[in-house]
Amino acid sequence: MAKHHVEAIVNGDMVEFLCETEETLLDVLRDTLHLTGSKEGCSSGDCGACSVTLDGRLVCSCLVLGCEVGGRKIETIEGMAKGDTLHPLQQRFLEHAALQCGICTPGFLMASKALLERNPNPTETEIRYWLAGNLCRCTGYDKIITAVQDAAVAMRKG
Amino acid sequence: MRYEAPESMEKAVALLAGANGGARVLAGGTDLLVQMRADVVDPELIVDIKKIRETRTITQDKGGFRIGAAVTGAELKEHTQLKQAWPGVVEAANLIGSTQVQGRATLGGNLCNGSPAADSVPALMAAGAVATIAGPNGTRDLPVEDVMLGPRQLALQRGEFVVSFLLPPRPPRSADAYLRFIPRTEMDIAVVGAGVNVTVDGAGTITAGRVSLGAVAPRVLLVAPAAQAIVGSRLDEAAQERLAAAARAACRPIDDKRGTTEFRIDVAGVLARRAALIALDRARTR
Repeated sequence: MAKHHVEAIVNGDMVEFLCETEETLLDVLRDTLHLTGSKEGCSSGDCGACSVTLDGRLVCSCLVLGCEVGGRKIETIEGMAKGDTLHPLQQRFLEHAALQCGICTPGFLMASKALLERNPNPTETEIRYWLAGNLCRCTGYDKIITAVQDAAVAMRKG
Repeated sequence: MRYEAPESMEKAVALLAGANGGARVLAGGTDLLVQMRADVVDPELIVDIKKIRETRTITQDKGGFRIGAAVTGAELKEHTQLKQAWPGVVEAANLIGSTQVQGRATLGGNLCNGSPAADSVPALMAAGAVATIAGPNGTRDLPVEDVMLGPRQLALQRGEFVVSFLLPPRPPRSADAYLRFIPRTEMDIAVVGAGVNVTVDGAGTITAGRVSLGAVAPRVLLVAPAAQAIVGSRLDEAAQERLAAAARAACRPIDDKRGTTEFRIDVAGVLARRAALIALDRARTR
């Protein structure tokens, strides 16, 4: 059957694409729109490397069909920095060396951003539970938590 | 593979009833997309029900709450009145998966995935929730305990899908709770789950109750003898022991890598008791 024609807003820009029913939002982002910052880890919603927001809600883009997102707003890691200015979370992840191989990092950043937008002053426990769906197989979790806490402080100061 | 996103129940029913090569309903997709990826299912048609208004709203209805089958766990958590009235239902739904999964996962999907370990199902059963099902002959209501027949087996006919759940009116001093056992603190499938819902009188005596157990039988169980064991009591030590014994007696679990038969039976008694104590404590303070 014919491909689906979908129009959506990605990082503030109207985009249109064609996709098969089977294609996930992650497939569309990476292979059609060439936004390869969102990573494919597990393709089963376990690892969080493909985290994006859909109408402001944090989701795994591997668990969303491309044909579902017509008319909706998607934010990916590519929209996080403003030009050359890194988001405070990105800056703190660098400063705290909160990454090793980097595959999980876009997902952690998107998830952390969604957390701080809802809860500007989370406890360590709240951060750990919120990020439980983001796996880092280099196991750098402590540095990630520290970076999020530090970014939260910076963002509260404005 | 076709994809349709109808905006009315009637159109969804017509699509589901008319599909030749197997149709699947898409709500949050957190089970369906995984099963498609693993080639467990290969439907000819996917019917996305999220554009049907009735599946996406939480409303007051008949003195209770009506929750759309495609309302997400994150949306349940943000609904203050629902959380106040049905803390057990909301906490059970919120135990499913990660933050990301909560952004998509739904009560309708959790039930219709047909897993005996579904976390929200024991809580819905303990709550006395009734599923409203749309089909070729209009809508019908079915208690949640009658929807699931066995693993991946539902009492839904061709063309039918779950539209919403009705949680009954709340008498004063009523509350529920859900607990599960998993080998770690987050992101796992229940080895045992227990949902308990109670109403107490002014003296703190339980006047009505429902107890449900997950992951200890081919389907989620509503355990009437466990409820009878605590109604009329103040959940003293003897009533707790009767409750735990009745819960254990209802279990017919599998033996697998996540829990042996003996372990699941023992834990079912422990969780039923603990969930009842939490529900009672909540009921007494409201």
